[in-house]
Amino acid sequence: MLTTAQRPRLLTSTEPGWHAHIRAHGPLPPWPAAPSNRLLLEVEAAGLRGRGGGWFPTAAKMRAVMTASHNGGGPAVVVANAMESEPASLKDATLLAASPHLVLDGLVCAAQAVWAQEAILCLPQDNPAVPVVASALAERSSRGADPLPIRLVCPPHRYLSGEESALVQWLNGEEARPSMGKPYAAGVQGRPTLVQNVETLAQLALIVRHGAAWFRSAGTQAATGTTLVSVSGAVNRPGVVEIGVGTSIVEIVNRCEGVSAPVQAVLTGGYGGAWLPAALGELPWSPEDLAAHGGSAGAGVLVLLPGDSCGIAETARAVSYLAEQGAQQCGPCRFGLSALAAHMHEIAQPATSPFDQRGAAHLSSRIRGRGACRLPDGASRLADSALEVFADELSAHRRGQCSGGRQVLPTPRRKGLA
Amino acid sequence: MRELRVDPIQCQGRGLCAAAAPALVSLDEWGYPLLADGTREPITSADERAAKRAVRACPRLALALSPR
Ligand SMILES: Cc1cc2nc3c(=O)[nH]c(=O)nc-3n(C[C@H](O)[C@H](O)[C@H](O)COP(=O)(O)O)c2cc1C
Ligand code: SF4
Ligand code: SF4
Repeated sequence: MLTTAQRPRLLTSTEPGWHAHIRAHGPLPPWPAAPSNRLLLEVEAAGLRGRGGGWFPTAAKMRAVMTASHNGGGPAVVVANAMESEPASLKDATLLAASPHLVLDGLVCAAQAVWAQEAILCLPQDNPAVPVVASALAERSSRGADPLPIRLVCPPHRYLSGEESALVQWLNGEEARPSMGKPYAAGVQGRPTLVQNVETLAQLALIVRHGAAWFRSAGTQAATGTTLVSVSGAVNRPGVVEIGVGTSIVEIVNRCEGVSAPVQAVLTGGYGGAWLPAALGELPWSPEDLAAHGGSAGAGVLVLLPGDSCGIAETARAVSYLAEQGAQQCGPCRFGLSALAAHMHEIAQPATSPFDQRGAAHLSSRIRGRGACRLPDGASRLADSALEVFADELSAHRRGQCSGGRQVLPTPRRKGLA
Repeated sequence: MRELRVDPIQCQGRGLCAAAAPALVSLDEWGYPLLADGTREPITSADERAAKRAVRACPRLALALSPR
């Protein structure tokens, strides 16, 4: 396993302009004259997996889009997802602000892989990277750098607008609500649509330049390459770090100049992820290693919970946030998620509550797997992990005690869909 | 094996499916059908008739029985 002392691959360019980009990475190989599956095979050999939260193999997704395209779906569309819905995530905005051209190169490569004729980058209205991306696009078009048009669009910033079927709905002129449709088969304007996270695309732009073997020289067997992690909470230098997949949590924290307070637990993946006890700090940051212990690499979120925070209260706030952000269209999510949030707030109160964690566990299992999208599954996993990791906190609450009220999880005010 | 599937966006929780096939479909505390795997449930050939009754009963066309 080659994981340690990984030199950054994505976060190298210090200046977002075209010249700095070419100096750091060199130009893209020319666009092939005829459709070929060379690029797709390279992506497959590299073992690239999506960085938007699901870690799904990118080549498999590209294949599904190609198949739909061949079977009468028409020319494909590629969508770069920079919606960054996870409130504690900063990696996509950081990457775009530092290396917009690497992401745009990746978008062009993805289009080449599935022989798409249209490319769209979705970046929330309120994202500070919007002007950087707009000027990068202007630079590219004045050079005639790209073989196909790239459109920048700015959907509203909500938890759900980054979910791929919701994003496609929005691009089709509807509200950004998830649908039962499959974007790879029928997405933007009913055409086969490849949606990839912007970090996935930047990694793709490097695979195209340096090849699969180079890509695999970092990471684990199952999850290759480097990855971006947004670190926040009780660390001295919160921010985004690039690590080889499989680097230990402790080492990630050291890259952020260590902890700023005693840490009781860490949130892994995001609000769709899970809590792990601080004792598991030696765990390698990879989707497999984290999942084996109940955690999640998810969207690369790592929040360190200090000793003077209450893990149950923090989880209650996060679940409330998810409940507010839900699309209110599937019954179990609509009723179950707000009931779960209310229950978590009850058990977050020391002593006063007639409720117990069995009720929360029941509600959590009631919503899992029963929505059109995976938002309720994520909320359920988060709540279950909290009940387990903060079991001592819950006993303390029954005795009328609580660790404290320090809040570390962000709950940005975003308009819900209700 | 065939599968009974619910479209959670279409389903309005009126519970007519459970009334039509009480031995097969039960409802959660809010009136929405509980299927074994969240939004789907394998249906044995013995249960096929009941599953078809549930599908027919749904006014929202939210239930479907997958082809054999
Ligand atoms: C509720 C929800 C929110 C999501 N938000 C984002 C997001 O903001 N950005 C993103 O890239 N993926 C997000 N995803 C995942 C996307 O649906 C999709 O899987 C991803 O963009 C695919 O890209 P990847 O394979 O490169 O990861 C979200 C998923 C869910 C269920
Ligand atoms: S599961 Fe919840 S968030 Fe997802 S589409 Fe249904 S109501 Fe919306
Ligand atoms: S009859 Fe249809 S709409 Fe009513 S609960 Fe059953 S599946 Fe849902």
